[in-house]
Amino acid sequence: MTSGLLDRHIAFLEALRSAGLPVSLAENLDAIAALQSLHWGERSTVRDAYAATLVKRQSQRPTFDALFDLYFPGLVGSGVAAEDDTGGETVRDSADALRGFREELLAALGEGDDAELQRLAVEAVGRFGAMPGRGPGLSSWSAYTALQRIAPDDLVEQLVAALLAEGRVDEEARRVAGRRIGAFTRVVEGDARRRIAEEKGPDHVADVAIRPTIDRLDFTAARKADLEEMRREIYPLARRLATRLTKERHARRRGPLDFRRTVRASISTGGVPLTTHHRPRRPHRTELVVLCDVSGSVANFAQFTLLLVFALRDQFHKVRAFTFVDHVHEVTHHFKPGADVADVMADLAASTSHAALWGRTNYGRALAKFAEKYDDALGPKTSLLILGDARSNYSDLNVPVLADLVDRCRHAYWLNPEHPRHWDTGDSAAGPYGEVVPMVECRNLTQLGEFVHDLV
Amino acid sequence: MLGAVTSWFSSPDDAVTRLHDAGYLADAATATTAYLAGALEKPLLVEGPAGVGKTELAKAVSRATGAELVRLQCYEGLDEARALYEWNYKKQLLRIQASGGDASWDETHDDIFTDEFLLTRPLLTAIRREEQTVLLVDEVDKTDVEVEGLLLEILSDFQVTIPELGTLAARRRPFVVLTSNATRELSEALKRRCLYLHLDYPDADRERAIVTSQVPELEDKVARQLVASVARLRELELKKAPSIAETVDWARTLIALEIGDLDEKAVADTLGVVLKHASDHERAVRELRLR
Repeated sequence: MTSGLLDRHIAFLEALRSAGLPVSLAENLDAIAALQSLHWGERSTVRDAYAATLVKRQSQRPTFDALFDLYFPGLVGSGVAAEDDTGGETVRDSADALRGFREELLAALGEGDDAELQRLAVEAVGRFGAMPGRGPGLSSWSAYTALQRIAPDDLVEQLVAALLAEGRVDEEARRVAGRRIGAFTRVVEGDARRRIAEEKGPDHVADVAIRPTIDRLDFTAARKADLEEMRREIYPLARRLATRLTKERHARRRGPLDFRRTVRASISTGGVPLTTHHRPRRPHRTELVVLCDVSGSVANFAQFTLLLVFALRDQFHKVRAFTFVDHVHEVTHHFKPGADVADVMADLAASTSHAALWGRTNYGRALAKFAEKYDDALGPKTSLLILGDARSNYSDLNVPVLADLVDRCRHAYWLNPEHPRHWDTGDSAAGPYGEVVPMVECRNLTQLGEFVHDLV
Repeated sequence: MLGAVTSWFSSPDDAVTRLHDAGYLADAATATTAYLAGALEKPLLVEGPAGVGKTELAKAVSRATGAELVRLQCYEGLDEARALYEWNYKKQLLRIQASGGDASWDETHDDIFTDEFLLTRPLLTAIRREEQTVLLVDEVDKTDVEVEGLLLEILSDFQVTIPELGTLAARRRPFVVLTSNATRELSEALKRRCLYLHLDYPDADRERAIVTSQVPELEDKVARQLVASVARLRELELKKAPSIAETVDWARTLIALEIGDLDEKAVADTLGVVLKHASDHERAVRELRLR
């Protein structure tokens, strides 16, 4: 392994590590051993070998694939085909070219032909995403420009029509269309990254362009496609948590010594207590009251937390949930056991209007209303969980009311989806509220999972 | 490493062909990883949703290479005595009583801690076998953390230490496959020692090939409709997406009911074969307008 191959390998591993994959030296050696026992004729074989030795968790796979494409690109420049077609004189961006391209794209999207979409994405960036003649240090390719020109989102209607003609049902067609266009957008972005990496070296791009894995992605930074993916993660996460909790509970199952049974059992061994008997532990289950801010800025976060809490409802004695913007509304009845996640989300979104009178977040008013209307919800066995970014539009905070609520329950926590460095900036009242209730940072699914586990 | 002649698979292509002959249709990634597991003599950790053929992969490797399969089914509460070895103390007691107290302590001691009184469990069996062996550790995520610690010594050095007998090293390294449904994160130490393969639902062509190879009586037209319907179901947000095993079950159901055309009514009537939650059922009926 000379001629820069080893350097490239090491650089690739470094990039994986800085993207958060724990790649050890042993795994590094495994990867080299694996590569040595294979032929390098196929790029996909090399990728499989790297994946088998370095990636040990499926959630890290997208990050790995993105970095692999940067360090071991499948294509250099616009590829051989593009140069052959036009004899060196490439047709650049023009209205005709754009129309022709969009027709081809629509056909490929309708077919769901991945190879063709890949080729079109390369062409898209090469033809419509070029920004020649920019100053040094600025990249000369842009996925944004290319996507603005092609505007794949405008093709949705035509694509839906094509899918309906295939015999798909309306909603389903819309979902499939959205997914395919989303996938094409990602391929275009990937190709632009590849070209930039070619110009400036992969390390530069790896630092800035790789998104964190879905369980480490901030709720507030998530895009629409990410949110859908996160929602799919909720049930597996809940199941994992439940398994873990049951295991831990089993480990601590042995209660205090049952003296009577131990002595009685010792008679058969001549009075020597060889085996001890214990009383079973009494299970302790918390009652939980969740109070969440569902105003636009933090709505996603609140919904995920609610879904997770309700997925784990059998671990709690009782769960009640309330949403607020400037008014409080109870949403417990939306969470029926075994209900469908998507339906619950839709119901929750619909009920947001009940929680808002004027539509501007007002924590002080919401807390006062809660204390007034749902006085019976809190008791000495309850844990109170408040979700929100504590941004109250400079209104009255009503801290004494919150302090009173907190006093009446067993535990109280405040989950804040913002990074602590943003607390107390602008209209955030994290400080004053934080003095009354312990405020916990909870920005992604991993942190959320950990918190809920500790809560139970 | 390259010099070591392994008799598992000679190349990824060889793995594809031989696994295919054994009735397992592997994709490129699966074949490459299976080949690497043999070539590097490292254990293979297979993760993925239920019913995508994780256990079947181990069985197929054993069929394809003519090796015997030794299986350790993991469950909560599995311990050393069930996984590794145990002394047959009843027999030992019998031996001591039979000798009638003539022998000295040292003799008795040497006598009762020998192979004759050792009960080997799957892990030790796999290590001590002279012939080629595939060791399948199934559903490793179901065990307690202590068992993982036990696996570490075996998976990295292929040896077992028994205090009375000393260290037993593998005469021939087995091909180890661990499967997991990822209900619990396995420890980093265990993962580091393994090659990793994530099996997912196959694409339409491969799934059709699997279904027709398992249920040859199925007509090609129905197989196409079946695979397309399953793909549509997987696109919905379901609690439990239909697995390959369930697709095959569905195919068998259609044969048994003699349904020659999978139209919407037939789908609605037999949906229970693939969807096991009431809410999933309702959702599929509503979204696909089955009624």
